[in-house]
Amino acid sequence: MAEIQLFAGCLAQTFFPQAGEAVQLVLGRLGLKVRRINDAFCCGQMAFNDGLRKEATTLARRLLGAVDPALPVVLPSGSCTAMIRVFYSDLLCGQPELAQMAQRIRPQVFEFSEYLTQVLKVTDVGARFESTVAYHPSCHLTRELRVTNGPLDLLKSVRGLSLREFEKSEECCGFGGLFSVKFPHISAAMLEDKIARVSASGAKTLVSCDLGCLMHIGGGLHRRRLGIETRHLAEVLAGR
Amino acid sequence: MMRPPEAESFFADSRKAVGDTDLRRKLEGAVGRHLEQVEIVAGAFPQYEQEKVAARRIKEEAISRLPELLEQLRRNLEAKGARVFFAGDAAEARNYIVDLGRKNAVKLAVKGKSMATEEIELNHALQGAGIEVVETDLGEYIVQLRGERPSHIITPAIHLSKEDVGKLFEQKLAAPYTNVPEELTVVARARLREKFLAADMGVVGANFAVAETGSIVLVENEGNGRLTTSLPEVVVAVMGIEKVIPRASDLSHFMEILGRTATGQKLTTYVNFVNGVRRAGELDGPRELHVVILDNGRSQMLADPVLREALYCLRCGACLNVCPVFRRIGGHAYGTTYPGPIGSIISPSLVHEGQAGHLAFASTLCGACKDICPVKIDIPRILLHLRWRATEGDIAVKWPQAAHRVRTGAKLTARLFAAPSLMRALSRAASVLLRPFARDGYLSWLPPPFNGWTQSRDFPLFGGTGNRVAGAKSAPVEAGNTGSGPTGSRDAGQRHDPEAHETEQAHQ
Repeated sequence: MAEIQLFAGCLAQTFFPQAGEAVQLVLGRLGLKVRRINDAFCCGQMAFNDGLRKEATTLARRLLGAVDPALPVVLPSGSCTAMIRVFYSDLLCGQPELAQMAQRIRPQVFEFSEYLTQVLKVTDVGARFESTVAYHPSCHLTRELRVTNGPLDLLKSVRGLSLREFEKSEECCGFGGLFSVKFPHISAAMLEDKIARVSASGAKTLVSCDLGCLMHIGGGLHRRRLGIETRHLAEVLAGR
Repeated sequence: MMRPPEAESFFADSRKAVGDTDLRRKLEGAVGRHLEQVEIVAGAFPQYEQEKVAARRIKEEAISRLPELLEQLRRNLEAKGARVFFAGDAAEARNYIVDLGRKNAVKLAVKGKSMATEEIELNHALQGAGIEVVETDLGEYIVQLRGERPSHIITPAIHLSKEDVGKLFEQKLAAPYTNVPEELTVVARARLREKFLAADMGVVGANFAVAETGSIVLVENEGNGRLTTSLPEVVVAVMGIEKVIPRASDLSHFMEILGRTATGQKLTTYVNFVNGVRRAGELDGPRELHVVILDNGRSQMLADPVLREALYCLRCGACLNVCPVFRRIGGHAYGTTYPGPIGSIISPSLVHEGQAGHLAFASTLCGACKDICPVKIDIPRILLHLRWRATEGDIAVKWPQAAHRVRTGAKLTARLFAAPSLMRALSRAASVLLRPFARDGYLSWLPPPFNGWTQSRDFPLFGGTGNRVAGAKSAPVEAGNTGSGPTGSRDAGQRHDPEAHETEQAHQ
């Protein structure tokens, strides 16, 4: 039986355990053995994005040490995947040994929807989810990993789900990690527009492949009591 | 004079800008129309991608051969009767042009659109020397009448509506009020014609300078660049060192992409070639042509292997149009000559130390700028590089206290993240301690330094917001049952240690 490693990342491990669980469930149903990486907590993106390379390197070292390079790694996050696949080479350029480890695992690291559609070549996982859904294409997933159609194809195959488009869906939600607390006024202005557009679509559930965006948009939706819930794609695909 | 672009004023000005709904409506309208046009024109041009790659290659070549090409450019300009001045910084460039004005007893200088002259704050210096300066690009003319700086690299008055311009012309030019763009243009045109005819000096920038031929190339839409370079007796072109390209044939690639990304035009209305001074028998063209080649921090960028990519920039302004931050705060809030993503990566090199470094952090790294850039500059990567350099102390940033505390908090959090078991224990503890304050799994208040979040958003409760996955064997931590999710919440409330299922095969 094929085996994969699941690295849930810091947001799933802190706030959204259900996302990691759902990935495990969906991949398990497809007959994969899922091993969770529990000996690392974060890919280091938050620190790296704030210029804290020393702290980020420590986190990268921990993660690279916890990964079995012989097995694929699946992450429920476009931005963590981009961090490892795209930005580790910049972060680790002064550390040849770590850079080499990163280089070795790079072709084996996949964002969840990417793994389903591009590696397993699956778009219908037999899911059922009764809701009108809008999909937020997260920035790193779209523009660093170039994963665009996969998540939509997966959603279209879900029974009971009606997909709604919304205006300027590809525009950033304003999260940007620490940007959201360092420049809260700009972040809030971006969020406000995102929420207005999602809300105008009539969707009852907002789905994304990144927990950062979901935490941000979800927090904004909850504050406004709009009755729109947020879900990671895996949670929707785990629905029966 | 421009205020130094410091973090404190950026916070104040951007806060004011996001609260200005009128400004946001104007920006969103203008930028939106602009981008639609760009999409249409670029979409109808199948070779667009190919041309971008070609243009990028030429820029890579030009920047890697910079000293040699600048020398070739100088030789060929001089062979055509032009005089070349290499200016190390803004002050040297300013002084050279002011001296030139004095020597030629210049009373009136007309200007074509030029960001380089904005960068060296030339208008202020010329006026100080008693020379009247008139901007002749319509947008620049408008902001000059308002005593403002341009708020965008190619559309300087993008923060204004046609009604604003109508009122401005009524007030400053005593023209009858109108909000019809064509009528407003006629008003400006009549005024500017007088100035063109009376001017004794013309000042322009340069979109490209061809080393092989010694030509200055100006791309524009109003004909003002052509008049500025052909009517006055003395003409000065100010260009950054990065504007040089090797061959005239290279222009074919740049012309295919520049208009398309900048303004959504297949080609701009005018493409001017300034080829030296007026020759015997010619009716127009300057008696004296001066080319000021400006460094002003650019060699510093050149010396930095990551930052040098910023020198490929064509100043098309497309990255501003797609930037979600620029679209919310406009150009003036940046406090720099060049606003938006490109401004955030070049400003720290162009201005004095300790200024503008904070701008590298004022981005979500969404990557829209990188995607639209006609020469594929990886702006997010450069922003990350500058953040790192700022953290190392190579670029000083005077953070306001709140932002400084966020950074300290982030550093501490990152250190905790290096201890997974401790983090999980802390999350569980936080979940229990904070549960009484949560509503449906969300907190509406966070302590400093993270209170910026809860100004406009709720924050998820540690350990989960209560959504559960139907069919999952167990819930990871104790969580309240919100019952709000369509997948139900049948497992809520169970205790579970995530480290227990090291390897778990979920049921089929």
